Amino acid sequence: MVGLTHYLALSGVLFAISLAGIFINRKNMILLLMCIELLLLAVNFNFIAFSRFLGDPGGQVFVFFILTVAASEAAIGLAILVVLFRSKSSIRVDDMNAMKG
Amino acid sequence: MATVLLTIVLSPLLAAVVAGFFGRQIGRSGAHTVTIAGVGLAFGLSAYVLSGLLSGSMLPYNDTVYRWLALNSVGLTMEVGFLVDNLTALMMVVVTFVSLMVHIYTIGYMHDDDGYQRFFSYISLFTFAMLMLVMANNFLQLFFGWEAVGVVSYLLIGFWYKRPTAIFANMKAFIVNRVGDFGFLLGIAAILMYAGSLDYVDVFAQASGMAEAQISLFGSGSWSLLTVACIGLFIGAMGKSAQVPLHVWLPDSMEGPTPISALIHAATMVTAGVFMVARMSPLFELSEAALAFVLVIGATTALFTGLLGLVQTDIKRVVAYSTLSQLGYMTVALGASAYAAGIFHLMTHAFFKALLFLAAGSVIIGLHHEQDMRKMGGLKKYMPVTYWTCLAGSLALIGFPGTAGFFSKDALIEAVHFSEIAGSGYAYYCVLAGVFLTALYSFRMFFLVFHGKERIDEDARHHLHESPWVVTLPLVLLAIPSLLIGWPTIGPLLFGDFFAGAIQVLPQHDVLAEMRADFHGPLGFLLHGLQSPVLALAFAGVVTAWFLYLKNPLLPREIRGRLSWAYTLLSNKYYFDAFNEQVLARGARLLGSGLWHGGDRAVIDGVMVNGSAHAIGRLAGLLRYAQTGYLYHYAFLMVAGLCGLVGWLIW
Repeated sequence: MVGLTHYLALSGVLFAISLAGIFINRKNMILLLMCIELLLLAVNFNFIAFSRFLGDPGGQVFVFFILTVAASEAAIGLAILVVLFRSKSSIRVDDMNAMKG
Repeated sequence: MATVLLTIVLSPLLAAVVAGFFGRQIGRSGAHTVTIAGVGLAFGLSAYVLSGLLSGSMLPYNDTVYRWLALNSVGLTMEVGFLVDNLTALMMVVVTFVSLMVHIYTIGYMHDDDGYQRFFSYISLFTFAMLMLVMANNFLQLFFGWEAVGVVSYLLIGFWYKRPTAIFANMKAFIVNRVGDFGFLLGIAAILMYAGSLDYVDVFAQASGMAEAQISLFGSGSWSLLTVACIGLFIGAMGKSAQVPLHVWLPDSMEGPTPISALIHAATMVTAGVFMVARMSPLFELSEAALAFVLVIGATTALFTGLLGLVQTDIKRVVAYSTLSQLGYMTVALGASAYAAGIFHLMTHAFFKALLFLAAGSVIIGLHHEQDMRKMGGLKKYMPVTYWTCLAGSLALIGFPGTAGFFSKDALIEAVHFSEIAGSGYAYYCVLAGVFLTALYSFRMFFLVFHGKERIDEDARHHLHESPWVVTLPLVLLAIPSLLIGWPTIGPLLFGDFFAGAIQVLPQHDVLAEMRADFHGPLGFLLHGLQSPVLALAFAGVVTAWFLYLKNPLLPREIRGRLSWAYTLLSNKYYFDAFNEQVLARGARLLGSGLWHGGDRAVIDGVMVNGSAHAIGRLAGLLRYAQTGYLYHYAFLMVAGLCGLVGWLIW
């Protein structure tokens, strides 16, 4: 029987993987955007699991909102990335240190 | 009477203002007319006041003229007031008389100087300041007069302000006087602390209480408050009256024009210290320690500055060292509680020393501002009036029997002889040796200038002639009191009750009272003086001078060769100047530059101001390394922080 715990564990694993992707990834900013999407998906998993577990559909409604926002965020993120590539001729994460003190 | 006194004080001030600010409009003759009129008026009224006090038609005056400030919370009032008794009136007459003579003399001495009006303005201002000093009835006004004469002295020493030596000398005079004034202020402060009043009469009324009060200084021991106050006041007098070791400024002050050397640095201002101590006699009397201090300082000054007069070659400097030595005599008299003798010598000295200075000035005019005695000699036949008046002054200075100096100096030495205050034995031998020295250096100068071989430059001899009447008239008018003033004044001043009420002497200190028993008129005093060692010493001095400088003019050089160490010591003035310049002045400069480099630049600029800015910058530089600019570092830290926080919450 697959219970709540399994869902939460899957969600946690997904979250951890995506975080690790953000930290470890040094090359590709597209990968970074993908990892952020994956973070959101991991959170969505939690919402769905608890929605089902508690019998409250509000959680699933929330997931739709998050997916919508994530989609628009991805669009904007990719657009920024294109502009960034034009100015820096690179999408390497290591080159993106304009905030360095 | 207040109107008369105000007129005496303010007429020289008014004249000084007119001559100083409107000198260009009124011209040269206007400047000397207005200032001579102002000082002449002051002299006339002073003489009127003195005669009124003597005849009894006036009573001693002590009242406030103007209240300047009242501090009600502490009960202190600051006022301008006059205390005019016999002591003050005598000083007023002496000051205004000498000042008047100097004013007249200046017409001749300065007649081709560009600063003619300025000079008259200054000496008139000086007369005002000196009168304020002697007529004060409170310490504040005394201090005002004290500083005002100091300022005018500064202005006049540096009168020829284009000469670097004059500027150095006036700076030196001003700074050395500041040292003395520091003590003076402390003395006044000690008195004010105890008595709570600046008024003489109030303070004197509390003198005995002050003698018993104790004060702890430097955190240890207890000192008599009165002794501390008196020594403080006397340190002020040491500065103004040029006592060792604060005497160094007076010889240098000869950089100023000769009339002011006569007026300020011989006759009046430098005697302010002597006058002040006499005025404070009710205080000094109660402190044996202070009297002994005064005595020893005065005796040291009298002897050792007299020695210096022997090696000087500048005619004015010889007279200057003689002034120092005579000031020492006056101070010795004060220390021996013979205040009246000190004031008596002050008065006679004012006449004959002003005379000697003006005679020296006359010689200097005659030789076109040549002051080196080695380039003089044989001036007797060229300048007869100067010669005879200078002889009168020199005789009075050495105490030739019958001259004014004889009476005052003999009485003074006798008083020291009778004194039993600690140090009086030392002082007695100092003043006795001083008599010989005085005669020696005075007649050394006299012979070198007026007798012997002529060593004058050829072109100077061409123009050599007796000075004009404006110069010789004051000489003659000063020679008369120099010779004769002793006869009528010794009786009332020293042994009469002239100073009764003005000077207080305790019975056990009253040396003049012991001498009074033997006093039978001036003639008796004269005859008694003929047998004293003083006269023998004076004659020995004159004979020695004659032998060394007329009979065997090569001998002094021989002696100088044999005693070269002593000559070096004397010509370097006991290394006082060197000590002051090398140790005190250089030390102060080192301290100053040390504080500038170490304190100001290193600590304040380096550590405090720029240091704090640098520290913050360096700290920020360290913190910059934390700001990598990589997003994943920030994100990692955020997550780590979140984990930490959540972990802490759950824990």
